[in-house]
Amino acid sequence: MKLLRLAPENTNFGFMRLRRVSYPLSAALSIVSVAMFLFVGMNFGIDFAGGTQVDIRARNGEAHIAEIRAKADSLGLGPVEVQQIGGGSDVLLRINVQPGGEQGEQTAIAKVREAFSNDYEFRSVDSVGPSVSAELVQSGTLGVVVAIIAVLTYLWFRFEWQFAVGAIIGTMHDLLLTVGFFCVTQLEFNQTSIAAILTIVGYSLNETVVVLDRIREMMRKYKRMSTADIVDMSVNAVLPRTIMTATTVFLALLALFFLGGHVIRSFSAAMIWGIFVATYSSIFICSPMLIYMGVRADVFDRNREGDAGPAAGAARPPARAKAKA
Amino acid sequence: MLRFARWKLASVIALVVAAILLIIPSFMSVEVVDSLAARLPSFIPVRQIVLGLDLQGGAYMLMQVDEPSVVKTQVETLRDDVRQKMREGKIALAGGIAAQPRGVLVRIADAAERDKAYDLLQSLSQPIGGPLAGGTARTLDVAKTDAGVELTLTDAAIADKVRHAISQSIEVLNRRVNAMGTKETVIARQGSNRILIEVPGLQDTTKLKQIIGQTAKLDFQLVADPGDPPNEVETLPMQKGAGTIRVQKRIMVDGADLVDAQQSFDQQTGEPDVTFRFNLRGGQKFGQVTSANVGRPFAIVLDGKVISAPVIRSPITGGTGQITGNFTVDEANSLAILLRAGALPAKLAVVEERTVGPGLGQDSIDAGKRAAYVGGLLVIVYMITTYGVFGVFADLALAVHILLIFASMALLGATLTLPGIAGIVFTIGMAVDSNVLIYERIREEAHLGRSVISALDAGFKRAFATIVDSNVTMFVAALILYLFGSGAVRGFAVSLGLGIITSIVTAVTMTRMMIALWYRQARPKKIPI
Repeated sequence: MKLLRLAPENTNFGFMRLRRVSYPLSAALSIVSVAMFLFVGMNFGIDFAGGTQVDIRARNGEAHIAEIRAKADSLGLGPVEVQQIGGGSDVLLRINVQPGGEQGEQTAIAKVREAFSNDYEFRSVDSVGPSVSAELVQSGTLGVVVAIIAVLTYLWFRFEWQFAVGAIIGTMHDLLLTVGFFCVTQLEFNQTSIAAILTIVGYSLNETVVVLDRIREMMRKYKRMSTADIVDMSVNAVLPRTIMTATTVFLALLALFFLGGHVIRSFSAAMIWGIFVATYSSIFICSPMLIYMGVRADVFDRNREGDAGPAAGAARPPARAKAKA
Repeated sequence: MLRFARWKLASVIALVVAAILLIIPSFMSVEVVDSLAARLPSFIPVRQIVLGLDLQGGAYMLMQVDEPSVVKTQVETLRDDVRQKMREGKIALAGGIAAQPRGVLVRIADAAERDKAYDLLQSLSQPIGGPLAGGTARTLDVAKTDAGVELTLTDAAIADKVRHAISQSIEVLNRRVNAMGTKETVIARQGSNRILIEVPGLQDTTKLKQIIGQTAKLDFQLVADPGDPPNEVETLPMQKGAGTIRVQKRIMVDGADLVDAQQSFDQQTGEPDVTFRFNLRGGQKFGQVTSANVGRPFAIVLDGKVISAPVIRSPITGGTGQITGNFTVDEANSLAILLRAGALPAKLAVVEERTVGPGLGQDSIDAGKRAAYVGGLLVIVYMITTYGVFGVFADLALAVHILLIFASMALLGATLTLPGIAGIVFTIGMAVDSNVLIYERIREEAHLGRSVISALDAGFKRAFATIVDSNVTMFVAALILYLFGSGAVRGFAVSLGLGIITSIVTAVTMTRMMIALWYRQARPKKIPI
């Protein structure tokens, strides 16, 4: 059986030379993302903005958007966002936070129920008061920050600090570009989006670790090679795996995006974007960082005993060197 | 590479069998599972995977104790206590007692009297949690000012009261909700000042909110005479209709002494009403008040609104009575439930509410299943087309990986949510990463000219450190998501975290065994990937 190979074998791309393109490009995209975040902003869902979201389905036949809109506006709940979802019979209503403290939301729900429950089935009602949404923002932000610090600490223990810095810059890059993605697409940003961001952080680090692991292994072995050559060699060596894994994850997420239903569509979209960005940054951002920070193969001489550890790469270097020769 | 202990193979097989047994109950009906659980010894876990409210449908509510209302009640009690003390100490209260935001001010102009009052009122401040609790924090700050003596509730006292209010509220809510007959309701403390309520299957929360949202404080107050002093009279709205009614401020009897309340029908008119019964103390008080006020209207007040104000025709000494008020049967029933369960110690406000109807829940399950099947199939086919027989091994490991996720969820009693399904679909893509790392490494080693067996061996050995490192980072992300996330998002963290652990077991250990067994049979001259 002829097996499928998406990644070409034994490549020798000069990835590191491309850093002169990839760095300015990524810097520009990161700045644009931050600017978008500051001046355009994300489309915060009710989890973080507070308010009420109601998902209704017409009891018989089509939903009449214009009629719903007119009726919703007459309830005196401020501007009501009316949006058709899925088939022709499903409609999403979004009502902003009501004045009058926590009780305001309750009044809004009661009014909406009264207005629509005759003709529409209430598929879901979500209402988040101002105090809860403020806390969700806080815990969401804290979660992302703590995750980054925790993983940074782990990497610092497992690798040399320059590697950890490279990994963290790559992760920040992915984080910023994901924020930019939400700003550009105006997909709803809610609690599952935080889950998406943390998973992207995890995936991004996962990618980075695989490349860095190989770089470290190569550095131990080829002490005389220049850092750029070693990094290039390592990235090329793990390239088939990088492409392969990105593809399997992409396939799974694609199924989730098209078939998983509207509730998690923005989650799936963000994840798909994140996979691409993370794969790109592990090759073009994290790895070249080692060159910029002047990491040289001889960092491993100084604390050779210390980092022998369970890294299997050090197990039998002579055999491999001979085979190569 | 080729050798592995028999017991390892046996334990992997045992693990798979155990996993299959663990998830069997999830495919059976609830009745069968219950009867099975009853017949088997209790150490055998016969559990179904718990579906989150977003999948099975139901209502989730987060209620917050209204701190100002707790403080207000405390201030009122404090005022009564102060009045009592002053009476006992025979100190004239010329300036009266002024309520302040968090305490009271006793106005006393005379300096000597003020000193006396100050000494006396000190005794009202008590150690928090009673004299035996041993803490140094006290309930009140007592201070002398030019105008009089000021008593202020301390922060610690208020926090303590809020804590108490939460515990009491949970008890009351449990009684109320149980009386409604809803099943499997969860009522639990959340943080310092909140209560979480989950009711599976409930769609319209309107009725639930009526039952749990009311304080249900029942008071009996005499309707005011024109001759009553104005500062002892208050005007209360009627519960039904627009009218108001003037009643005496003094509460003659209150609902705390009720022992029972039932919906019944008025014997004369046949209208729905509520029959209540007092305990001995309440019955005596009620008897005294009704004896002394025959012919006067007596207002029945619920949460500051007058239900009705019937005229006392004759003394009611039996300790029972009826509340009428143009009720429907439903309303009378709700009132009876509320009175039986007792009053909430403080107002509760709904700060978050999420309801999912069964239709959307089922749609989500279907969509999740479809995505999982299609995503899984794509990955399976892709692995086979890329790695051939090794791809089949990876796919078998993937199947066991999914089996193990569900089995551990059933074992741990973890909740499966829609984001949880998304997490499983994501780990389908991620789980084969370990296989890919190993296989690509094997290929590389083979390209370097190693023999088949040595390439296989080196591939597994060298990829392992990378697999651990890369999975730890992912696991940390999942762990933090679990700690900081809430609700359905936690379900994602659970399935992601479990998926990472099981994927290491399956993709590394199982694949290795399969490849070793295959090698012994096939004795290939060349790596088939």
